[in-house]
Amino acid sequence: MVAGILGEKLGMTRIFAKNGESIPVTVILAGPCQVIQKKTIEKDGYNAVQLGFKEVKEKKVSKPIASHLNKYKVKPIKHIREFKVNDSNKYSSGAEVKVDIFKEGDKVDIVGISKGKGFAGAIKRHNFSGGPKTHGQKEYFRSVGSMGATDAARVFKGKKLPGHMGTDRVTVKNIEVIKINLERNLILVRGSVPGAKGALLVINING
Amino acid sequence: MVDYIKQLEEEQSKKENIEFAPGDTVEVHQKIIEGTRERVQVFKGVVIAKKHGGSKETFTVRKISKGVGIEKVFQLHSPNIVKIVTITKGKTRRAKLYYLRDRIGKTSKVKEKR
Repeated sequence: MVAGILGEKLGMTRIFAKNGESIPVTVILAGPCQVIQKKTIEKDGYNAVQLGFKEVKEKKVSKPIASHLNKYKVKPIKHIREFKVNDSNKYSSGAEVKVDIFKEGDKVDIVGISKGKGFAGAIKRHNFSGGPKTHGQKEYFRSVGSMGATDAARVFKGKKLPGHMGTDRVTVKNIEVIKINLERNLILVRGSVPGAKGALLVINING
Repeated sequence: MVDYIKQLEEEQSKKENIEFAPGDTVEVHQKIIEGTRERVQVFKGVVIAKKHGGSKETFTVRKISKGVGIEKVFQLHSPNIVKIVTITKGKTRRAKLYYLRDRIGKTSKVKEKR
């Protein structure tokens, strides 16, 4: 079985469980993914398959990638990622991988690119507390505070300071799969996942 | 492209038309699960607000119980809401009747629609 699938975040809503519990869910359009290249132990030293997701126009694909896809006779595709498999010889190029590799109640790990927050201060970026709001304080409300000890005579590398936040690769682990819809290629998972609507997500089977 | 989220929300919504408006006096029959036992609890009062809409729609019911005002927020499309019975229609000039919270006695009544 393939260890994961590619998907696109569609947004959030909520659904009712049978007992009336309201569950917040993220809706992910996942697959169908095409198998492109197979990696085998004999040739590459490990077992894996390359999966492609989201068909696009021919002119949208760069020439090196187009020739790679052409080699395996796969249609032009936007996203390509590699996934582990136990035995890659079971798969052939062009085969489809669908959401039925998961089932309801499974735990998955989801990888995405978080939303960009721009240049953010230390309170938002590193959960600092900021300065006191009262007791005669002035102009020191959301500041970083001390830069460190004085005898070092320098600021150490890695000091948490304001800077660019977001657009990071974020993995959220142990997300519960609430529902699978094979017809519409949908996965509903509990809670939120990183990224904006329409962003690429990698959904890995947990463990 | 199909709006999958809209589709999912439509599937969640109750099919039958539940018609009541703020100001109406309603009886809400709610299923309550206690361990293995199941029973239906009835909550009767005035609808003072409807919110959100779609499959996420909620409504607030207010009643006076032993001199204490009680408000309960229900999820309209929850499977635990067995049925909603409209007893009287109310005549109101606004959608949110939060002013009823500050009224006592006769002034806290909503006029009936005729």
